[in-house]
Formats: sequence, C-alpha cells, structure tokens
Amino acid sequence: MAAGPESAHTASGGGLLGWIDQRFPLSKLWREQASEYYAPKNFNFWYYFGVLSLVVLVNQLVTGIFLTMSYKPSAAEAFSSIEYIMRDVDGGWLIRYMHSTGASAFFIVIYLHMFRALLYGSARKPRELLWIFGCLIFLLLMAEAFMGYVLPWGNMSYWGAQVIVSLFGSLPWIGASLVEWIRGDYYIADATLNRFFALHVAALPLALVFLVIAHLMALHEVGSNNPDGIDIHKYNDEKGHPLDGVPFHPYYTVKDLVGVAFFLLLFCAVIFFAPTFGGLFLESPNFEPANPLQTPPHIAPVWYFTPFYAMLRAVPSFAGTQVWGVLVMGASVLIIFFLPWLDRSPVRSIRYRGPIYKVMLGIFAVSFIALAVCGLKPPAGIYPTLAKVCTVLYFSFFLLMPWYTKYERVKPVPERVTGHD
Amino acid sequence: MSDEVDHSRRRLLTAATVGTGAIGVAFAAVPFLASWKPSARAKALGAPVEVDASKLEAGQMLKVVWRGQPVFVVRRVQAVVDQLSGHDDMLADPKSEDSVQPDYIKSTGAVRARNPDYWVGLAVCTHLGCSPLGAFEPNNSFQVGGTDLGANWPGGFYCPCHGSKYDLSGRVFKSMPAPKNLTVPPYAIAANLRIAIGVDDAPKTVS
Repeated sequence: MAAGPESAHTASGGGLLGWIDQRFPLSKLWREQASEYYAPKNFNFWYYFGVLSLVVLVNQLVTGIFLTMSYKPSAAEAFSSIEYIMRDVDGGWLIRYMHSTGASAFFIVIYLHMFRALLYGSARKPRELLWIFGCLIFLLLMAEAFMGYVLPWGNMSYWGAQVIVSLFGSLPWIGASLVEWIRGDYYIADATLNRFFALHVAALPLALVFLVIAHLMALHEVGSNNPDGIDIHKYNDEKGHPLDGVPFHPYYTVKDLVGVAFFLLLFCAVIFFAPTFGGLFLESPNFEPANPLQTPPHIAPVWYFTPFYAMLRAVPSFAGTQVWGVLVMGASVLIIFFLPWLDRSPVRSIRYRGPIYKVMLGIFAVSFIALAVCGLKPPAGIYPTLAKVCTVLYFSFFLLMPWYTKYERVKPVPERVTGHD
Repeated sequence: MSDEVDHSRRRLLTAATVGTGAIGVAFAAVPFLASWKPSARAKALGAPVEVDASKLEAGQMLKVVWRGQPVFVVRRVQAVVDQLSGHDDMLADPKSEDSVQPDYIKSTGAVRARNPDYWVGLAVCTHLGCSPLGAFEPNNSFQVGGTDLGANWPGGFYCPCHGSKYDLSGRVFKSMPAPKNLTVPPYAIAANLRIAIGVDDAPKTVS
C-alpha cells in the first residue's frame, strides 16, 4: 500500500465514494478517526462509559427535539403541555421518559467516565486539554440539566430554580441586579422559563455538541490512555502501528456494541418499570404545578446535583453573608479542572501506585456518595455534620494530592500493556 | 516604493482593525444583554398591592403576592409582642443592622413593624429564597416537616429547605444557614388597616 497525499485521494477509486473523496475528505476522516485509529488493546469495563455517554447524548437530542414539538414554554401552559404529552400524544410518555431517564443516565455514565480517569491517570500529560474539554462538558451538562428540570414547571422545578438562581444573589455588589437580570422579572416568572427553554434546546446543546467534537478530536490527537497508563506508541510494528494497539473499527466498535446493548437493557428497564426511580429521577413534588406561595416541605435537587448541594449547605453563613457556601460549591467543581497539575505521581495508573493513593481515592469515592446522600436528606440529625466532614475529605483528595502522589513509593511500570500477549 | 513588508505598519493596522471590531461587537452586544432585563410589562406588573388586614384575628396570618413574592401579614398576639425583645442573645442580628428593611422599620427595633400588632415581611428565606412556614407555638412540641424545633422555641418562622429559624419579627436565630433577617418591604398602613405593600406612604383613597 503506497503512502502519501496522492494515494489518499485515489485510494478509494471511482464511484460515488471516489467522487465525494475528491471534494470532501470522507474516507480520510473514516480512516483517521476509526479504521486506522489505533486504541490500546487492553481496554476494560471502565472504557465503555465514553461511548455510552455518546449514546445518551444522541438519545437526549432526538427525544428532546420531539418533546419541543408538543411542549409550550410559557408559565401558563408548560405544566399542562407536559400532561398533554404524557396522556394525549401517541408515544409521548415514552419519549418523555426516555428524555428524563436519559438525564439521570447521562450523569451516571459521566461520573463513571470521570472516575475511570482518576483510576488510570487519564487526565495526565499530554491529555490535559482533553480533560479540560471534558470538564467543560460536565459543567455545561449541569447547566443543561438544571434548566431542563425547570421546564415542566412543577413545584420542585419552580423552587429549585428559585434556590439555584438565588445563589448568584449572594455575590457581593452585583448579586441582586445579576439575579434580576437572570430572571428577567422580580421573581422566577414566565420570562425566566422562556429563556431557560431557549438555552436548554438551542444554545447549550449546540455548545455541548461542539465540545464533544473537540473532546474527541483531542483524544484522537493524543491517543487513548489505557488501564496500565503507559504509552503504546513506544513499540510499533514495521508499518508504524503500535504493537499493543488495535484499530478502533472493527475491534472496539463491535466490543462497544455489546456494552451499548447491555446498557440499553438497563435503560429500558428503568423507562418501562421505574421511570421515577423511587422519586430519584423524577421527584414527586414536581407532579403538582409550580406554586410561588408554597415551598415544598423538603427541597432536594435531583440526585446528580446532591453532592455539590450538600457542600453548599455544609458551610454556615459568616460575616453577614452566605457567599462562602456558594464559593465552596463553585470551587468543588472548578478544582476538578486542575487534576492534571495536582497529580505529581511518576506513574499514571492505580495499578502501579502505592497504597496511599488507593486509600485517598477510596475515601474520595465514599465521601462523594455520602455527600450525595446528605444532599438528599433534610438538614437535621447526623447529616449536617456528615456533610461537613465529607466536604473536607472531598477537598483533601485534591488539595493534598501534590504531596501524597509525589512522595509515594510506586511500583515499576511495564514496557508493554499487561494481560495480553 | 519598497518591496519589503512594513511589519510594524501591518501590526498597527491589524491591531486597529481588531480593536475597532471589538468595540463594534461590544456595542452590538448591548441590546442582547439588555433584552434579559425585566421588560416594561414585568415592571408594570411589579406595582404596589393593597391588603385588607382588618379581618385578621390575633395569631392569624395572611399571605399575599407582591412582585410574585409571597408576603406575610401576621397579626401577633399581645403576649408575643411583649416578649419580642426578650431573646436578643439568641439572634444573629437582633437590631437588624445587616438586614434589609426601610429605615422607619429598622428604627422600631425588636418590633420591626409600623404597627406592633401587625408584622409585614417577605416570606422569602434570606438563605436561598425558599418560603418559610409559620411556626407560632412557643413550646417544644411543635414539629414542622419532621423537624423538632427544640425547647425554648419562642414562636416564629421556620424554613423547611435548610432549617433556618426566625422569630416573629422575622429575625434570624444564631448559627442558621440564613445570614440575615427576613426582608421587610416598604409598606404603609392606612387608618382602616388597609396595608399597601410596595409604597412608603399610606394610600390616598380611603374606602
């Protein structure tokens, strides 16, 4: 097989594909991104969640487009238009449950996808920008999910919006006018709902898709990490392909299909048998219309926000302002961006790290889950104290990382990936 | 004329073009940002509201909407009014120094009202804007949303979202998530107990 730019144009020969290839790099893109993109051959279970988040993204886009066809983004009609979708539109209930379950599924796969990076050091050099694109996707996804949650205009939508928008009010000097600017009224009103709709269905999805493309381009530029955290491009065959790599297509496309099928099995089980998932995916106060005069007796955000919400609540007001809790919550998300620079370990993968990192990662995972529980529960009993302790542990994982990763004794890293010959 | 490129001239022109373009973009952004401000219709709907408090019994509460926000109008019993300044040491801001209210309310101290029997304030928790509940019973058996308000509860408001507690003047207790006392909006009381919320002067028309 000849190499060079000329052969790239002639490789696919004539026919329709040849005609296209002379005008648009279709075959070239396919080769670069799939059939000749060499991924490490030792991917394990944790490497399903990237492709699964892509599947969920497509699900959200398609179901979302169809929901907008029957939904009315006005305070007077929003709630009843959701009931209309659920009861009168053929297949409407299925499309809506696919969308609402998809929102929770999105966060499940994204959290596991991010945890994979913590396990195998996937954020480390040269993948810092890839990680930052991912963090931006996570940030936008939170905004997208929050605004989507407001759209049904149930009572929890309303009061959730009230609480989250008020967060900006605690900022000094500009707070009050900033909140009024976001709401477009003196309270969470029709104008707020209408603009959240615009952002939820047009602006944020557009930005999300753009960032996902940037995320994939960055990935394919630097190459995928793997469970051993080593560079597979050190040992190549005579064609220059890594010995420990296999072409993404057909090897991983076929493997991922199995993962996608298994995921869809669970996904459909939730849609058909437990769409509210015991009040976690769809909260019961949201089955009554928004009522500005009646706060639900217990306000809890949807489960995927509760770890950050618990950190917000864990910080008491100080010096006459409660901006500190807001700052802590903001910092808890922003600190994730700095992971590639906080980690000073000579090795990437947890397989070759010492016990300290393993313990710290375990504490981090447990405190994140504990924070999620605290955020769901009313602020009484043991939960406020637990949330405070876990907030400290959450930040310790990141802020102490430069020391415990630098001085920890690590195991020797193999030259080639393990578990395969 | 020389064939050489004058780089400094090119840099200056590039910078000038970019600068002019940036100023243009900034001006063009103004109407888009301004479109997010409350519209003329929203401002018109934010006008004052009038409440008839004459039919309130002692210990009863009215909730009205002003600018889309719930407002409490509470008729306090005499015993409560007498005790209001008795628990200043339990409060975060007993003199309402850091809280939001008109000056004519702040000067009334513990009462925080134009008429001691009627307390008016926004039913919006100063923590994150939830609506507190009335929990007026001054004893330790009162429970709201499964939360025991504890002994020495002098009666007041309880926010179910994050557990902030306020007394019956809307003053927040110490070590609560909420940093400030409940906001008191500008209001005026006419002789026939018609309360106008949103204005500082009593309504002119007496009907």
